[in-house]
Amino acid sequence: MSQTVIEYLLLILGAVLVNNFVLTRFLGICPFLGVSKKISTALGMCGAVIFVMTLASAVTWPVYYYVLHQDGVFGKDLTYLITIVFILVIASFVQLVDIAMKKFSPKLHGALGIFLPLITTNCAVLGVSVLNIQLKYGFLKSTVFGFAASLGFSVALLIFTGLREKIDRANPPRAFQGVAIALVTAGLLSLAFMGFASLVK
Amino acid sequence: MTLVTSILMTSGAVAGVGLACGIALAMAAKYLAVKEDPRIGDVTELLPGANCGGCGYAGCADYAKAVVIDDVSINLCAPGAQSVIDDLAKYLGKASEQAEKTVAKVMCGGNSDQAPRKFLYNGVADCGAAHAVGGGDKSCRYGCLGYGSCSRICPVSAIEITDTNIAVVHPALCIGCGACVRTCPRALIKMIPASRSIHVMCSSKDKGPVVKKACKVGCIGCTVCTKLADGAINMEGPLAIVDYSKDLDNEAVVEKCPGKCIVKE
Repeated sequence: MSQTVIEYLLLILGAVLVNNFVLTRFLGICPFLGVSKKISTALGMCGAVIFVMTLASAVTWPVYYYVLHQDGVFGKDLTYLITIVFILVIASFVQLVDIAMKKFSPKLHGALGIFLPLITTNCAVLGVSVLNIQLKYGFLKSTVFGFAASLGFSVALLIFTGLREKIDRANPPRAFQGVAIALVTAGLLSLAFMGFASLVK
Repeated sequence: MTLVTSILMTSGAVAGVGLACGIALAMAAKYLAVKEDPRIGDVTELLPGANCGGCGYAGCADYAKAVVIDDVSINLCAPGAQSVIDDLAKYLGKASEQAEKTVAKVMCGGNSDQAPRKFLYNGVADCGAAHAVGGGDKSCRYGCLGYGSCSRICPVSAIEITDTNIAVVHPALCIGCGACVRTCPRALIKMIPASRSIHVMCSSKDKGPVVKKACKVGCIGCTVCTKLADGAINMEGPLAIVDYSKDLDNEAVVEKCPGKCIVKE
């Protein structure tokens, strides 16, 4: 296998298991706790997150290098505006995708529609865009990283949802019911994922 | 770069990006707009908004869409009862359809006094899980396990798990959404017309001797009731089943049932 393919595979593996967005970087905790009660809703959320994070990575990269960067259209270093501009761009872009999806693919809109606005300005989405810049990834690498990161989010969310569904049926002590036992579970899951720490350097 | 130019530059950049996004969104809203039938919103308003899913659609809005676009029958909303059907008929200019209130009924009378436990089940308190372990801990493999899966899914808390471990639906509270019917792993719960009072409280498909061993109030398949009921009770294999589409007024069936599984409430 060529060097680049291996590099990209390691990038994906690293983002999914080693630096998992939820369990290691602690980004995107709100949907992680909020929509992890039922597998069916969690699946919808996963779809929306993969969609939004991949596209957000692809959209924010050109915005940074062609607008905010020293060599961009303004010719001045505006990189300190990264947070506000990224939020603006991501929010409008997701809205745009939402409108386009409603027109061209009502089925997909039916499945992901309600989750798209929820995830729009989530910290995981902004986090992946900013990380792409900090880690100095190129355009393709940014997009792949965005996809891999969202895949990692989905893996974590689905594992967690499966656990929560079982735990809810197992009658935990009254004081632990609901969010309390969910947070303990999330902590243990995070510890478990630390086992992947030295998998990819 | 002086202070003023840097302020101008910053505002210009953010405003520029914002403007570009705004224009893109405005264009999208204009050229990609999807026309939605305004009646869908109105019909959704008329529905009770319980989102129970009893009609078979994902929620009230989904049912409204089906009613308006696919011309689905307007009498599927159980919680709304007759008043909603009338409203919908009036709004859509359709003939009002009659709907009799249906309620859920757990077709099992074998509580823990009548049908004892086979073994001590210590797993998760869920009927599906209990059913999966050795066919359930109840002596009868068709009877109510009493772990309350139906009671938990009920949107109006109409199902009680009694002290003797059996699920009982309170018909006055039941809105007829059918969520429990879909949940019960043993398919014990049926939707029946609320006006009916005589029921065969057994769902065992086992033959008489087996039923007798497992439960004190099981249907042993003697067919006595079918003769008395004049066609309103039929045998399905070794089990007597009430045909709720026919009238059943002969209360002698309750007295004469040797298995004591026919009750009047």
